[in-house]
Amino acid sequence: MARWLRGYLAALVISLGPGLPLLVLAEPDPADWDSVLKQATGQTVYLNAWGGEPRTNEFFAWTASQVDERFGITLQHVKLSDTAEAVSRVLAEKQAGNVNNGAIDLLWLNGENFASMQHNALLYGPWAEQLPNFRWVDADNNADMRKDFTIPVNGFESPWLRAQLVFFHDTYLIAQAPRTMSELLAWAQRHPGEFTYPRPPDFLATTFMKQALLELVPEPEKLYQPVTNSDFDAVTEPLWAYLDALHPVLLRQGRSFPASGAEMRRLMADGETALAFAFSPSEAAIAVDRGELPDSVRAYTMNGGTLANVSFLAIPFNATHKAGAMVVADFLLSPEAQLRAQDPDYLGSTSVLSVTALPAQWRERMQLIRRHPAAPSEEDLARRLAEPHPSWVVALEDAWLQRYGVR
Amino acid sequence: MKRKLAKKNFVLPLAPILLGLLVAGPVALGLLMILLPAFGYLPAIGQETLSWQSWTALFDTQGLGQSVRLSFVAGVVTPVIALVSVILFLAATAGTALDRLIRRLVSPLLAVPHAAAAFGLAFLIAPSGFLSRLISPGLTQWQRPPDLLIINDQLGLTMMLGLVIKEIPFLLLMALAALPQLDVPRRVAMARSLGYQPVLAWLFTVAPALYPMIRLPLFAVIAFASATVDVGIILGPGLPATLSVRILGWFNDPDLSMRLLAAAGALLQLMVSVLAILTWLVLEKLIAQGWQLWQASGNRSRFNRSLKMMGFTGLSVATVLLLLSVIALLINAFAGTWRFPSALPDAWTLRHWETTLTSLSGPVINTLVISFVATVLAVILVLAALESEQRHGRSRFTSLWLLYVPLLVPQVAFVFGLLVFTEFMHWQPGLVLVILGHSVFVVPYVFLTLSAAYRRFDPRWAQIGLSLGASADRVFWHIKLPMLLTSSLTAAAIGVAVSVGQFLPTQLLGAGRVPTITTEAVALASGGSRNVIAIWALMQTLIPMVGFILALAIPQLIWRRRRAMRSVT
Amino acid sequence: MTTHTLDIRDLRISLAGQTLVSVNTTINPGEVLTVMGPSGSGKSALLAAIAGFLGSDFTAQGEVWLGADRIDTLPAEQRGIGLLFQDPLLFPHMSVGGNLRFAMPAEEPDKAGRIAGQLTAMNLGGYENRDPATLSGGQKARVALLRLLLSRPRAVLLDEPFSKLDAHLRQDVRAQVFAGLIAAGLPCLLVTHDADDAAAASGPVIQL
Repeated sequence: MARWLRGYLAALVISLGPGLPLLVLAEPDPADWDSVLKQATGQTVYLNAWGGEPRTNEFFAWTASQVDERFGITLQHVKLSDTAEAVSRVLAEKQAGNVNNGAIDLLWLNGENFASMQHNALLYGPWAEQLPNFRWVDADNNADMRKDFTIPVNGFESPWLRAQLVFFHDTYLIAQAPRTMSELLAWAQRHPGEFTYPRPPDFLATTFMKQALLELVPEPEKLYQPVTNSDFDAVTEPLWAYLDALHPVLLRQGRSFPASGAEMRRLMADGETALAFAFSPSEAAIAVDRGELPDSVRAYTMNGGTLANVSFLAIPFNATHKAGAMVVADFLLSPEAQLRAQDPDYLGSTSVLSVTALPAQWRERMQLIRRHPAAPSEEDLARRLAEPHPSWVVALEDAWLQRYGVR
Repeated sequence: MKRKLAKKNFVLPLAPILLGLLVAGPVALGLLMILLPAFGYLPAIGQETLSWQSWTALFDTQGLGQSVRLSFVAGVVTPVIALVSVILFLAATAGTALDRLIRRLVSPLLAVPHAAAAFGLAFLIAPSGFLSRLISPGLTQWQRPPDLLIINDQLGLTMMLGLVIKEIPFLLLMALAALPQLDVPRRVAMARSLGYQPVLAWLFTVAPALYPMIRLPLFAVIAFASATVDVGIILGPGLPATLSVRILGWFNDPDLSMRLLAAAGALLQLMVSVLAILTWLVLEKLIAQGWQLWQASGNRSRFNRSLKMMGFTGLSVATVLLLLSVIALLINAFAGTWRFPSALPDAWTLRHWETTLTSLSGPVINTLVISFVATVLAVILVLAALESEQRHGRSRFTSLWLLYVPLLVPQVAFVFGLLVFTEFMHWQPGLVLVILGHSVFVVPYVFLTLSAAYRRFDPRWAQIGLSLGASADRVFWHIKLPMLLTSSLTAAAIGVAVSVGQFLPTQLLGAGRVPTITTEAVALASGGSRNVIAIWALMQTLIPMVGFILALAIPQLIWRRRRAMRSVT
Repeated sequence: MTTHTLDIRDLRISLAGQTLVSVNTTINPGEVLTVMGPSGSGKSALLAAIAGFLGSDFTAQGEVWLGADRIDTLPAEQRGIGLLFQDPLLFPHMSVGGNLRFAMPAEEPDKAGRIAGQLTAMNLGGYENRDPATLSGGQKARVALLRLLLSRPRAVLLDEPFSKLDAHLRQDVRAQVFAGLIAAGLPCLLVTHDADDAAAASGPVIQL
């Protein structure tokens, strides 16, 4: 039976749910991996992850075919336009007393939502460090695998991709690109209308603000503490001065902002802007390959480094198919999946695996992956800035909307 | 000769009641479930005391006034422009070749869902859009797209344009359905014999009689335009967004206490829509008085030319914009690299389709299943209710106002309430809920389309059948149903089109687990490339289009040897 | 063949308290009673009341009997009253044969043979599979009559059945219809405002 059909019937049965007493499964024990695999067979795992990027969707489609073939798991990618929708659903389920039959089995989270879900005890764990493939991560030598936006992960999340803020510009339109945030302002003033950035609540809006803050504030360490420990207005004062100067020279004079990173990229594709950024080192390269961006586009990072973090997967406390979710998370950590994730022909992301920790055959294959001409150089990617404390995200978002939310 | 005693049919009289409940029940329930949280009662998050808190919080929200203004203005301006265009068009072109052409185009145009039309329009009129490319650099000297705020403009003009080009075909279809009952040629001939120029003759004698017949559809347009979510997201302003778009954001906020705010916002949305309709009622009175003065002036020829011009241009421009929007989608779906200001892509490619194909199948199947089941359910119920009406007399449950309720109450106002209700009942979100949710919106349109044909159906056909000794059931299956096949299929095609276009009920009642083409297309608005968005929008258009084609082709095929059946529509 | 009389006993039809028409008469088997009157005199209401299609805004008093059966309390399909309208009203989605078959009682043996025989008798031999839309006006009228007779009615009501026919056809069709009905021994009630129809029916006439 075709996979979609089987998934379809499964969805049908679940939607008929109210009348059926649902089976409550025993909690899987990740230390006994064979039993996890056994329990996972035949499960339908609902992976809730952002669905705005076709190549990520394709990667999950490939993952679904693999876990079906290998483990008999039906993976359904529930495409979110905003991760907050999923968080809100888990919370609603908890409030409604649904503790065993949650609609979400596996969730791609960002640090802000991880912090809020941990705070509300909405996650299941610890489980992540017991996954067989976790050892390739070499967490003892890569501390960022155990922290999400400064918050300790404690095995409640499994890493699956590295991400880093990367700028890209169209060399055909404007040869020189700004290499610091202060330079970016001067650049924009020389080339009005050639740049814009997404508006909150898109995460790239706060990413852009955090990047600017890290460079502009005299004491960046404050950003790694909860926002309540600082005088927010005083700390962020340089940022608002910066944005006040920047907005009049943005595209549409800052009267309208793109809603998302993809829209910002579309503006560049249409020749409206010459500079953009993304939280994925390979985004520009892949867009060039797909003909979505001109081949004159080049990606780079700022001289002082750019924000970098790790993408994690989590299991909600009430997930119906926890064993299946673990198997999928483990598969995504496997050298094979990571290789494909890193390959610019597919996802073109950055692997979380430590090349030195891998067995020789995989190490070679990882090293053989070509670098795209439009992708940033190794040295560029080596300059990483850690994410500030998640509490800054909401505070920055609110303050931005307060200042610029009504145009 | 002995005759069998007819079995009494006990199910049929229930059909109108079931129909009324299916349509108005969820609206009432949804509104009730939104009323409580709007005043602070939401036990799920530990809020059990009634208070005004969510209202004070709502009115403290930044830019609320502007959001409300946007929604209200869209709710009044959109129907004015759409109605004026349709009326003037009908007055100016009655019997011309353009009239015949547009009549033929109106159904296919109706098949273009709101979201698809909005995307197409964005691709058409953006600074780097198809129109700008067509005239650049030749006429404009533009080597780069001009830095103009067209899409997402702060006044919502582009959003209203998007709504207008979609609502015009709807109002036109409603008007065309009503006109045959008005004996237009006789009315116009009478006025012309009194010396009135043709356009004025139509406006003075036909328009006042037509207006009451399309008033209810017009109110549906007001309610829709003042509360649209998908068009608002795609074309509407962002800082701040329209009220309905913001309500969606509040409902999806990870902070569940925002739901109280959202509930209050939903009620406010209801008030805004009601206010827009009230404003319309006042406008209606003023225009009626002005109309009478104009008519009483006895002027027979003034404005005839300019009115005629307006009638021709208004609707033609809207139609051409909608057609070009679809063409813009088509180009984008096959475009490779496409630097500004090239009018056409530098390269064409099938790659976008190849990469999208795998993710298309699931949502396409969901869309087909949902729209098919919801439509079949609606057609069966509506036929049963109409047949019951003819056998047992008109029921209060099929009164037009009741069936129009889901079209007059903004979706955001009650679909959220329904969601609260299903969560309260611990009903699993999924396909069944989505299908039921769609039926609420499909049934009214199916009823509107089918009831006209059913009630117009010559009663002598049934009388002949009965007098030949056939039972009422046999007459229904062997005479009415085949003879009304074309009407039933047209109603079904409209039902499918309505279902395919649904965004909010699908997204909320399916918890995102029942992706359809529309939910995927709107989700991609936040992410995908133009090419991928174009593919989804085209698929969204294709399914209703195939529905309309089948509704036309199936009767032609079945009745290929029955001449009279092919000319009957 | 059993024959019946159609007995209309003090049938009074009123609309909003106003009596429209009041009839008390008996029609014998093979007899055609003609009711004449201007439009609005309640002719159509009279037919509707007897056939069982009277609209709910009308009220009817009195009784209608067919032989020994009281029929005004039965639903339309059980009354055994056949109808002929101005238009032949052949079902456009059925073939000629399909129209005839639809009319025949379910228990009728050898439907196809009977249809073929009757069509031949009407000079329409081999027309079973024809689309009714391709027939001439006279042919349609004959098929309509045949359909009526094949349904084995016990009485027949005719509502200006010849008014839409061309003048040269009218006499032929009229003669054929009356001949068929009278031969079948059916009591008939004809409503018309054409004096020639009344004359051709050669039965009693009621003037409204």
